Amino acid sequence: MTTSDAHRAIDAVWRIESAKLIAGLMRMTGDVGTAEDLAQDALVAALERWPESGVPDNPGAWLMTTAKHRAIDLLRRGKLLERKHEELGHEVAARQESPERDLDAALDDHVGDDLLRLMFTACHPVLSTEARTALTLRLLGGLATDEIARAFLVPKATIAQRIVRAKRTLAAARVPFEVPRGTELAARLSSVLEVIYLIFNEGYAATAGDDWMRPALCEDALRLGRILAELVPQEPEVLGLVALMEIQSSRSPARVGPSGEPILLLDQDRGRWDHLLIRRGLAALERAEALGGGYGPYALQAAIAACHARARTPDETDWTRIVALYDALAQLQPSPVVDLNRAVALGMAFGPAAGLEVVNTLTSESSLEGYHLLPAVRGDLLAKLGRFAEAGAEFERAASLTRNTRERTLLLERAARAHVDRR
Amino acid sequence: MRFMIIVKATKDSETEVMPIGPAWEPLFAEMAKYHEELQRAGVLLDASGLQPSSKGWRIKYSGGKRTVIDGPFAEAKELVAGYTLIQVKSREEALEWARRFPNPALEDGEIEVRQLYELDDFGPSESAERFRKMDLA
Repeated sequence: MTTSDAHRAIDAVWRIESAKLIAGLMRMTGDVGTAEDLAQDALVAALERWPESGVPDNPGAWLMTTAKHRAIDLLRRGKLLERKHEELGHEVAARQESPERDLDAALDDHVGDDLLRLMFTACHPVLSTEARTALTLRLLGGLATDEIARAFLVPKATIAQRIVRAKRTLAAARVPFEVPRGTELAARLSSVLEVIYLIFNEGYAATAGDDWMRPALCEDALRLGRILAELVPQEPEVLGLVALMEIQSSRSPARVGPSGEPILLLDQDRGRWDHLLIRRGLAALERAEALGGGYGPYALQAAIAACHARARTPDETDWTRIVALYDALAQLQPSPVVDLNRAVALGMAFGPAAGLEVVNTLTSESSLEGYHLLPAVRGDLLAKLGRFAEAGAEFERAASLTRNTRERTLLLERAARAHVDRR
Repeated sequence: MRFMIIVKATKDSETEVMPIGPAWEPLFAEMAKYHEELQRAGVLLDASGLQPSSKGWRIKYSGGKRTVIDGPFAEAKELVAGYTLIQVKSREEALEWARRFPNPALEDGEIEVRQLYELDDFGPSESAERFRKMDLA
């Protein structure tokens, strides 16, 4: 095995094992920073040894054992975080046992529980949304700092600093390594879901930059969602989010044209949709439904996505059902953006005038000020009503508001077309 | 990227009887454990086992003629007994998962791993477009 082959193999092992490793070490040490440092030390050891020895049969166990020995060293030298030192130290002294045995026992049990605790820790509300996102990708997605930086188009140093600060904040707040219970669970779980969907959306419709989509980020989010759905199989909203991401991902191959330009849902070649992902999405949605308790916001959005996925041609779309689903979503989670989407569906179900009527009520909405999709939708409805001059102006306005270059080009093209149709 | 882990047939997988009973139990347990691990890691897309070739058939093409040949077929290791479809980030990751695949046979088994084409790999062509329209994309 050449050194670069070995390094690529180690990267792959890291991607598979790092979250479990960090989660187990987190349970031992009680501190995210220490846990990650120990895991990194083990990775460095692997990089030194494996190119010569080859990748061991059970690389995960190898990494864990290596990290564990190092943790025991720290424990013995009293360098672990004080509170954990006290806890573990007392326990060891009281039982007169070697620390190894306790640690072994702690590591063997509950790998899944530890992963889930790690997700809740990384998405803890004491952290800013940016910090949660970076920490989740880093600790659970196994992404390196520069990969995260590239995904979010920010300098590597910014992400590194964000992660360091996040770890400090968690330590200072003495955030317990646990799965929240009772009423807290719902709120904390929705924070985890929000982070995963945010990562997905950044990949699905990049808010800035030259590329309209960054599929690798979508795949990372989908993978995190699937992992979470395995950890908490009884939560319909988790399945709802997975269903939503599977179905949205199914459209990825159809959403980008040959020169990287976005293609809108109704203009997409549905033959390019990925039917394996659609099947998986519909299955996840069915499982969410079977759990009962009605649709939550993610399941509702997934149900809307499913309406599109089931239609073989745009004409077959059940727009009336989509309007009803948006009605339900607007009640559950009132938001001008939902109203805007509902207006689009209304326009499709009952004609552009019906849609425009609702959109016009949204133009004074301060939270939509600067949101490029409002004039884009309005322009679309106006064009359908033959009011091309107004439509053109709206598309131009939308183009001036988006930060994504591909999207801007598309909007300017629509503006130009509206001006031509006017003549 | 997607990879298919193909399980090669053996004389045991080719027998008429269902692969159940105490002899198969440990193998099934290993397989279940492995696939659970794939699922928990969020990389499993699909998996299935195939019935023996005695229940299948082949069609041979020769000089414009086609002939149906009923199974079973000899050379078990040239036959496919099942597959597992995974989605991973790199070729190396697929290799690492494949390395962990349990021996799928009662005696000496074999698996083969192949990367799936994405339809875009074929470039623009009218035939590729027609495939895309067939729900196969």
